[in-house]
Amino acid sequence: MDNGSSPVKIEVRNFNFYYGDYHALRDINLTIYERNVTAIIGPSGCGKTTLLRSFNRMHDLYPGNRYEGEIILYPDRLNIVGRNADPITIRMRIGMVFQKPNPFPKSIYENVAYGLKLKGVKKKSLLDEKVESALRAAALWEEVRDRLHENAYSLSGGQQQRLCIARAIAPEPEVLLFDEPTSALDPISTAKIEELVVELKKRLTIVIVTHNMQQAARVSDYTAFMYMGELVEFGPTEKIFTKPDNQLTEDYITGRFG
Amino acid sequence: MEDQRKLIEIARRRKIKSTLMLSLAALTAVYGIVWLVWILLDVLINGISFLEISLFVNDPAPPGIEGGGLRHAFVGHLIITGIATLMGIPVGIGAGVFFAEYGRYSRFVRYLRSITDVIVSFPSIVIGTLVYALMVKPVGHFMGISGSVALALLMVPVIAVTTDEILKLVPDSLREAGYALGAYRWQVIKDISLSAAKRGILTGVILGIARISGETAPLLFTAFNNNFTTTDPLQPMASLTVTIFQYAMGPYEEWHGQAWAASLVLTFGTLIFFIAAKALIHTKRRYG
Repeated sequence: MDNGSSPVKIEVRNFNFYYGDYHALRDINLTIYERNVTAIIGPSGCGKTTLLRSFNRMHDLYPGNRYEGEIILYPDRLNIVGRNADPITIRMRIGMVFQKPNPFPKSIYENVAYGLKLKGVKKKSLLDEKVESALRAAALWEEVRDRLHENAYSLSGGQQQRLCIARAIAPEPEVLLFDEPTSALDPISTAKIEELVVELKKRLTIVIVTHNMQQAARVSDYTAFMYMGELVEFGPTEKIFTKPDNQLTEDYITGRFG
Repeated sequence: MEDQRKLIEIARRRKIKSTLMLSLAALTAVYGIVWLVWILLDVLINGISFLEISLFVNDPAPPGIEGGGLRHAFVGHLIITGIATLMGIPVGIGAGVFFAEYGRYSRFVRYLRSITDVIVSFPSIVIGTLVYALMVKPVGHFMGISGSVALALLMVPVIAVTTDEILKLVPDSLREAGYALGAYRWQVIKDISLSAAKRGILTGVILGIARISGETAPLLFTAFNNNFTTTDPLQPMASLTVTIFQYAMGPYEEWHGQAWAASLVLTFGTLIFFIAAKALIHTKRRYG
């Protein structure tokens, strides 16, 4: 548990989001602390993934989406959803791991090296070194060290997801977003990913969306509970799970709905 | 007991129905294969006795004189279809990429896509007359290259449609993974979409080559014919298909034989090409 004295990494201020005419997120205010794990929980359709995908501007890929308000990225106080912010550089600073493992149809090595190449790393020795350290950090190195040039699809589902984590951390982002990263995995693979999340917060800031409340309780320092496009409650995970201020939060975490 | 007997009866009836449908399906397949084999055998039997080295290395001789060949048609055919392929592949793949990657949400592209679907089944002779009006008429004489242009026009929609379809099968989650690492759209297309779809696109290219390699009609008004070997695409140029047509219609026994032999080479040549290409695509299972 964190004492809350960590610096702020991301600050969401009066943030609204629209899919066309549909008002998906309403007046969200939220603070993400550096080198902490922040979990976003809530029932299906509450907007947690929508909020997560706003952090790296993924909504820009589809037409008709609109952001309103501010998401400030520290230390340089860049408004992520501002008109002048460049989504490409934002995505290099804020990585993402998706719900289902989605490795590229390339070799294991090429998967991890891709983000580095996008950042302009060309030297073979440097690439080798960074690919290895990313795979080590994702607890996958020992399993793949002898088969780096095999197709990524030859890995199991859990290994593929760890490969995706390695791919996301290789370019050394400041923040890593997890979108229900274990919902397609078996319990053992899930446990490995959870361990990784806790391990990774030593070097970067983590935001994780999860359906699984036990998972939020296990891995996160802060928890945000969302319902119907609004942020209902936000606070230290321990407090949210033991004595939440809001009745709705309590009903949700005790399993009365959702 | 009664229920059990009923169940057995139902299962028996289903089995009979299944066998019946399966036999019908097999029959239709046999129907197709019978004609195909017949054509292949016919070509083989009639053409094989005229298959000589001289067919490939000599230009036509006047009727009655021994040792004439169809070198002009073989050379012309390779040049015309070769240039057509070189023109058609990049344009076709480019159009497919444009449809699938850039024009996903555009109404304009939706129209373009349906037009392309129509052009795929366009009568090829219409393409021939179009190129005649646009290229041959203004220049004043038939040219091999205008034949290539006509064939390329036939090839482009085939490749574009398959490329488009295959790219639409590449899951968006892969593209998102690329974008999430900070890739630009062209990098996502080049490194991820095309890389994931390359085998399907190659199949499209093969289909495109298949579409043009046996075409006669679009060449009649464009490349026309030539009784001599030429490698200059600005000259009228013979092709196997037009020559087969000409020789088969001719009055000489020897011409008929050579037309059979040319048909044999064209048919089995394309057959072998496709088998080889397919095999190549399926063995190339290496990535990145």
